[in-house]
Order: sequence, then C-alpha cells, then structure tokens
Amino acid sequence: MDEGRVSRHRAGAKLWLAGGWLLLALLAAILAPLVAPQDPLAQDLMLERLPPFWIDGAEPGYWLGTDSLGRDLLSRLIFGGRIAFIVAFAAASTACLVGSALGLVAGYFGGWADRVISRIVDVWMAFPPVLFAILLVAVLGTGLSSVVLAIAIIDWTRFCRVIRAEAMGQSRMDYVENARIAGYGRVGIMLREVLPNVVPSIVALLSLEMGIAIIVEAILSFVNLSISTDDPTWGGIIAEGRLSIHQAWWVLVFPLVTLILTVLSFSQFGEALKTRFDPVLW
Amino acid sequence: MNTCLDIAKLSAVLPNGQRVLRSVSLTVQPGEVRALVGESGAGKTMIGKAVLGVLPSSVRIVEGDMRLEGEDLGKLDPKARRTLIGARTALIPQDPLTALNPSRRIGPQMTDRLVRILGWSGEKADKRVRQLLDEVQIRDPERVLRCYPHELSGGMRQRVLIAGAFVAEPRLIVADEPTTALDVTVQKQILRLIAQLQREHGTAILFVTHDLGVVAKISQKVSVLYAGKVVEEADTAALFSAPQHPYTRALMAATPRYTDPFASLKPVDEAVLAGLAAEIASADKAWRRPHG
Repeated sequence: MDEGRVSRHRAGAKLWLAGGWLLLALLAAILAPLVAPQDPLAQDLMLERLPPFWIDGAEPGYWLGTDSLGRDLLSRLIFGGRIAFIVAFAAASTACLVGSALGLVAGYFGGWADRVISRIVDVWMAFPPVLFAILLVAVLGTGLSSVVLAIAIIDWTRFCRVIRAEAMGQSRMDYVENARIAGYGRVGIMLREVLPNVVPSIVALLSLEMGIAIIVEAILSFVNLSISTDDPTWGGIIAEGRLSIHQAWWVLVFPLVTLILTVLSFSQFGEALKTRFDPVLW
Repeated sequence: MNTCLDIAKLSAVLPNGQRVLRSVSLTVQPGEVRALVGESGAGKTMIGKAVLGVLPSSVRIVEGDMRLEGEDLGKLDPKARRTLIGARTALIPQDPLTALNPSRRIGPQMTDRLVRILGWSGEKADKRVRQLLDEVQIRDPERVLRCYPHELSGGMRQRVLIAGAFVAEPRLIVADEPTTALDVTVQKQILRLIAQLQREHGTAILFVTHDLGVVAKISQKVSVLYAGKVVEEADTAALFSAPQHPYTRALMAATPRYTDPFASLKPVDEAVLAGLAAEIASADKAWRRPHG
C-alpha cells in the first residue's frame, strides 16, 4: 500500500518534469514564428560561428550562437522542433493504430490469426530498422510524408508485440470468460472488455514511440534523406555541427541536448502515465 | 417439468487423445443443488465449462450430449447456443479477484449485460441490480456501484458476483468452487448467502467443490468424480450415511475431523486408488473413440 503510494508519488514528479519539457518544446514549435528571435534561414557571414551568450564575443539576440553560415541556432532548433513533433505525432500514431489493432486481434483471438500476425512481426523485426528506414525513404522518395510512412512501416511491430502479449494475458482472465458466458460476441468482448485494460500500455508505448520517431527522423536527416527542403531539422543541424565541431562545438551540442531531452521526456512521460493509470487488480 | 440440465455420456479428449471426461452422465433437476465433488484434476471444472460453452480450445467433446431444459446444446448452431446459455445460465467463479473487469465500475459492469444482451431498459436494469445487491446484503449499494473492483475486498467482490449471477434469473448456475479463494471466515457467509438466494429464487445449481463439508451443507444430490469419471452418485444424505464406492469411503475417511484436531491427516487409501486406476484402464480399453 505504502509502496504503491511512493511509486505513484515519484511517477507524479516524473510526469511533471517530462511533461513540462515536452509542453515547452511543443509550444515553442507551434509558436515558432512568434518566439524565434531570428529568421532560421537568414544567413549573415558577418555573424558566422558566434558563441552562445555566456562566452565572450556573443551577440545579443543570438542566445545559443550561430552556425558557420551565420544562422541563429536557437531559432533553427525551434523551427526544427516543428518537423520533429509533426513526425513524432504522425508516425507514432500511425504505427500505434496499425500495431495495436493487429496485436489486439492476435492476442485475443489466438489461433491462426495469432500465428499469421506473429510470423509477420518476426520477419519484420529481422530487418535492421535504420537500414530499413533508409531503404524505404530511398524507395518512397524524400519528404515529410515518406519519412512518416517509413517510420510507421518499421515500428508498428513494437506495438503489435507488446499489445499482443497484454491482450493475451487479459483474455485469460475470468472476466473475459464471464462475458463470453453472458453471451457477448467476440469482437464486442475484445473492444469493450479487453481493450480498456491494455490502453495504459498503448499510451505508454505511444509516448515512447514518439521519442523513437524523433530519433529515426534525426538519423534520416543526418544522412540527408529526410525532408529535402531547406527547413531546419534537428538531425540536419547535428550533421552540420559535426563538420564544424572544432570551431563551433555548440552547433553540435545544443541540438543533441535538445534531442536527448525530448526523447527522454517522451519515454519517461509514457512510463509515468502508465504507472498512474494502470488498472489495479488487487 | 423438464430436467434443468441433463448430461449424458459426455466424453472429452485432449489433443494427445487422453480422455479428460469419461462418459460422464449427470442431471440437475429444476431448483436442485447438485454437488460435483472430487480432487483437483478430476474434471469438475471441465464439466462446468462444457455446460457453459467455454471449454479451452484444446479440449474436444467427442461423444455424448448435454441438454439445457430439454434443448440439445450440441444440435444448436453456435450463435443460438450462446444466446441460450447466456439467457438461462450464469457462473459464480472461483476467483473473485479476476472475475470482474478491473477497468470498469461495478454499476455499468452489472447493468450492461441486462441492457445490451437481454434488452432491458436502463432503468429496469438499474433497479434490478440494486435489488440484488440488497439481497446479497451489501449495505451501501450506491458506493459499491461507483467502485472499481480493486476498491472492494474479496468477499465483497464475491457478493457482487453472486448478485450478478442471480440478477437475470437464470435457470442454472454453475458455482465453481465459489468459496475456495476466500478467507475461512468469509467462506461461511458466502456459502450461506448462495444457499439462501438459491432457495428464494428456486435456481438449480451445479456446485463444483472439493470440500465434502460444503457438499453436506448445500446440496441435495452429489456426484463423486475421479479422473473424469463419475464413480458414485446419490442423494447427499444417503451418500454420507452409506457411501457405496470404496473411493467415496476413502475420501470421507480422509476428511479432517474437528472433533480430534490432533489426529494426523490421512491420504486417500492407495489400494483404493490402484483399484480405480485398473477400473479406468479397462474402461478406456473398452471405449472406442467415435470417428476413430
């Protein structure tokens, strides 16, 4: 009892910290044109490689410094957040929808449905994910929608596996058998009895997957296979920063920190939500 | 009047061909409590599940038939069977902790079935559920209806489940060791409650248990099961005063007596078990599985 309260309390702190960062980043991304101090695309060779504000030589208005083309790093990070969040939400929800639906069916119905779905998942997961993503984008062409699609195509299996196992566990519970005896149809039982009990896991995974989607998008940007326009992306900034690491470390470090904080927040947020809302059996 | 439940020569096998039910025949008359007693693994629960149509997919019925109020369950198509079973039977499960959906409140969970499956109006269902909660002596139904299952104790949950079993006035209730998972002090109350509701509603019960003490208290008829085979069947009074089968006698001898708490527990006599094994082996030899 007390143990439960302590872990819920900790989950509360985690929830607020991670949620706070995500909210901040999300708001900044949505309001980018209003909050970004500079135009993220404006180049000024007089202002190249300005250091962040606490180092000598910094210019006011360029808080995190500039890159080798004189573009403001903070503004680029804020605008890069737009793409990161769009990819995170779109790719993760698509993967979640497909993976959870298939996982629920496999876990609840079992039998040949389970065998077919599980085999597909096994084969799917044998592909190295990043190479698979690069291959997919190469085939689908670059651009936002192909990146989203590629991530969803790769990562639905994560949802499928976990939700299958959860649904299977729930389906063995007596309450499912009771519903069966009472005369509920199978699909009805799956949706009304089993689904609500796996929703906390779906939410946790969804949050985790958003972080993963951001990483994959960054990797694709890093190898220049993501959004082919000039729009700044976190991965793209990291790739540029790598080139000038010895002259301007901040161009590499700030996007990395942003990326790490965001991905970490997504996974912690998901976990905290799950602890908070998991159905209690006894 | 139709026999409430009539099982005739029911045999079921596992995928490896092993028989788990061996030509089981038993009847439950309307309003009667039939105890099904045996050790764990004897197939008691299996019979209950077969009646309710929720046998595990690995177990296959290969012969015999079951009639629920005269309707041959094997001859109905699956949908009609589900409807019939849903309307005329209910289960009081063994483990109250997993038998309620943890993510739904008690109220909706109980009324949902009445409204959705049996087509009652919401108001009527609500009233009926309250009435039943009152009958199982839940003092503050308002609070309980709003609770999630984890907010109730095991005994309370079992009361809710008993109310849920009687709520639609089924003709037959399968009670699968309904007191086994409970505290000893609560067991007695729950048992008394089931007996009381059974009398008031006139519901027939197939009462699965391993506890002869419970059998004596609650049932009029007993079937003794061993290895999926009914070895003896009798009126409860007759069975206790003059058990016929050696296994029944051995089982009774193995029951702990409260008059002598220091006597050591006796296992069932091995010679009896050896005799039973031989009996079952020869029966299996004679039995030809239908359709090869």
